[in-house]
Amino acid sequence: MSVGLPSYLAVAAALFTIGVFGIFVNRRNIIIVLMSIELILLAVNINFVAFSVFLHDVVGQIFAMFVLTVAAAEAAVGLAILVTFFRNRGDIAVDHANMMKG
Amino acid sequence: MDLTAIAFHLLAAILLGAALLVVTVRNPVHSVLFLILSFFTGAGLFVLLGAEFLAMLLVVVYVGAVAVLFLFVVMMLDVDFVSLRFGFARYLPIGLVVSGLLLIEMILISGAVAARGAVSVVKNSLVSGVSNTEQIGRVLYTDYIYFFQSAGLVLLVAMIGAIVLTLRHKPGVKRQNIADQTARDRKSGLRVVKVNIGEGVSE
Repeated sequence: MSVGLPSYLAVAAALFTIGVFGIFVNRRNIIIVLMSIELILLAVNINFVAFSVFLHDVVGQIFAMFVLTVAAAEAAVGLAILVTFFRNRGDIAVDHANMMKG
Repeated sequence: MDLTAIAFHLLAAILLGAALLVVTVRNPVHSVLFLILSFFTGAGLFVLLGAEFLAMLLVVVYVGAVAVLFLFVVMMLDVDFVSLRFGFARYLPIGLVVSGLLLIEMILISGAVAARGAVSVVKNSLVSGVSNTEQIGRVLYTDYIYFFQSAGLVLLVAMIGAIVLTLRHKPGVKRQNIADQTARDRKSGLRVVKVNIGEGVSE
């Protein structure tokens, strides 16, 4: 049983599904939602790298790097917003996040 | 079954198990630790694929920076996480349905792609005899230099944004202001008062 492109695609698809599932079931806890988004981006990265290796094209790995950059920036800004929201409200329940609308 | 296949299946099982635990455990600190485990295992998969540079990048950026940032925030914020679990069972069916549909769709597409055979117009071909890092560098610093610079800009904006969002000026904190100190002259710093005997100086 050899490990080919479909095996990696299956793992990435399952990881993506787990991430989406996590967003649904933890939708009140924004920290877990952010972690689920990181999982989804990891699945996308696995897809990029697997295609890059099996198609012998290095550009996939470069795009995976850009995805990594954006994911890091998104996590930093997301957590900063979370900290500010917590300071203003005292909890992080997403249900009350509409108080921020202008 | 050769060693690569055994390693792949082991890593894939650990990755999916850890990812499932990230979204289901009660304690968010454990959740972050499982997130670290899943990133580490993902890096192992990248090594298995032959993308060593990206694997190390994943360890440095995610395990070293992002996961620790999550850990800081989870531990610093005094949040009642038990009340946030409310609704887990309520959203479980719809979550299962939607993610199941997604999984079926993606498996169908992947199967179709694998059956047809994925093709690409190879421009930046992976050549043997050159290390993975050098290959990435050769393409990244030539064809994708503007994207690379833009990625740096994205990080700069994110850094400034995070600082601006969390910076807080507390009123009533005494700080040394050098400009004020050096701008003092005789007129503003000195006052000559005539003191009447027995009365003292009143402000």
